[in-house]
Amino acid sequence: MDNQIETDLLTDSEERIKNKIKTDDLNVFYGNFQALKNINLKIKPNTVMAFIGPSGCGKSTLLRTFNRMNDYIEDFRIEGKILIDNKDIYDKSTNIELLRKQVGMVFQKPNPFPKSIYENVVYGLKIQGINDKHFLEERAVKSLQQVVLWDEVKDSLKKNAYALSGGQQQRLCIARTLAVEPSVILMDEPTSALDPISTSKIEDLIFELKEKYTIVIVTHNMQQAARISDHTAFFYLGEVIESGKTEQIFTSPKNMRTENYISGHFG
Amino acid sequence: MNSNKKNKLIDTFFYGWGFFSTLIGLILLGLFIGYILSIGLGRINLDFFTSLPSRFPHKAGIYTALMGTLWILFLTTLFAFPLGVAAAIYLEEYLKKGWFANILEINISNLAGVPSIIYGLLGLQIFSRVMGLGGNLLAGSFTLSLLILPIIIVSTREAIKAVPQSIKDASYAMGASKWQTIWYQVLPASFGGIMTGVILAMSRAVGEAAPLIVVGALAYISFVPTSPMDEFSVLPIQIFNWISRPQPGFVITAAAGIIILLLITFLMNFIAIYLRNKYQNKYN
Repeated sequence: MDNQIETDLLTDSEERIKNKIKTDDLNVFYGNFQALKNINLKIKPNTVMAFIGPSGCGKSTLLRTFNRMNDYIEDFRIEGKILIDNKDIYDKSTNIELLRKQVGMVFQKPNPFPKSIYENVVYGLKIQGINDKHFLEERAVKSLQQVVLWDEVKDSLKKNAYALSGGQQQRLCIARTLAVEPSVILMDEPTSALDPISTSKIEDLIFELKEKYTIVIVTHNMQQAARISDHTAFFYLGEVIESGKTEQIFTSPKNMRTENYISGHFG
Repeated sequence: MNSNKKNKLIDTFFYGWGFFSTLIGLILLGLFIGYILSIGLGRINLDFFTSLPSRFPHKAGIYTALMGTLWILFLTTLFAFPLGVAAAIYLEEYLKKGWFANILEINISNLAGVPSIIYGLLGLQIFSRVMGLGGNLLAGSFTLSLLILPIIIVSTREAIKAVPQSIKDASYAMGASKWQTIWYQVLPASFGGIMTGVILAMSRAVGEAAPLIVVGALAYISFVPTSPMDEFSVLPIQIFNWISRPQPGFVITAAAGIIILLLITFLMNFIAIYLRNKYQNKYN
């Protein structure tokens, strides 16, 4: 009996080491429209996974299933399983608020709250009921340092976040996500609204962050995917056409459509 | 070339027409205010605020009516504000879109346009008679609450709707529940808009006479209400009273009362505009 439990635990943790996120025959529908078809993907911990593909191919939809942000869309329906840390996140017993503390998200357009910089960073902690001022400040400083924003804002933490530049706002949004110490960070085209310098800062950041976090990023920028990701999945019309090591996808794609897309022939 | 000339002519015409129309409104308003000021301004002094109503025009004051108005304002806001804002939150954030929501939406907008005397009749039957409140402050403020609820609901919904989805998304993605998102993000972000609507609704309530007359506030009141169960009068009714008197001296007293009522509504509208300007463009 004891032995049985031990092996269960073992396989469980082994599974965790192998895959942070795993989808099993995942199908997603919006009403009658099937947005994702038979997705079987595995994302390893402490890696960067890039989703690429033309607009409307389902990559953002998949990203948003990982923290159940699609739940608010009417007619949204899902078949199959999504396992994060080997737990089915669409199971009835899942606590969605808890899941989102585990799986953070950074959006396409920087969307800080219309509050002070400090209040932005500690929001996720405060809604968990944490009020210890010392703890909040410590976490705020640490998170802002992680995104290399601390030196720029340390004298103006009380200022409204809207006073920051777009790139600073996006780094603030990442800091806000880091403050609750998630293990996965989802990024939905996080640099598409930013200038090249801000973009390269965020890319450097992503590279640093993967030591601690598992990162899934949707991007329309091929060079970006090639620069920052370990693995890449190419989506087309709701299907994963090809996935694998980024280097392999970009240098020797197996599928014709992948090759056409990454070489800029369509999309 | 010809059509170009024609367009320019039409342009000039519309500019002139718009300017003329605006001018008509301004001139009429200016004449009215100037006339009232010229009659009543000299009548306003400290005694006017502290005197009770009287049979003699030169002795009559607005003390009881002003206190009645403040009571009504306070009680009406107390009832209508939480109800209206909560209903708007429910309609905007919780109610599923569909035929039921559509019917509610259309009817609430319609209610905002129902003549105020109809609310008075409703209040008379329900609050004064069935609930047995008679013509007291509670019956009056309940009636006015009904009158301004649709206005508060509609304006609060507009304010809530103006909060960008991206901010709500960010809050949800941080692990916030629905009520946390509403409480910590939606309400603070729409605070200015909500307050603007509420104050405009209140200034509407301050100027209403008809529904309160129906409920029974026309009685002669020679004391200041000390509890919500007391009878009362309000400024518009007091003015109405004075104007109906045969003695010419009361015209002057009425004009002075109108100036005070105008000042109160102007002040409230000014606060509303100030709040709107202060909180607008928050997301740009």
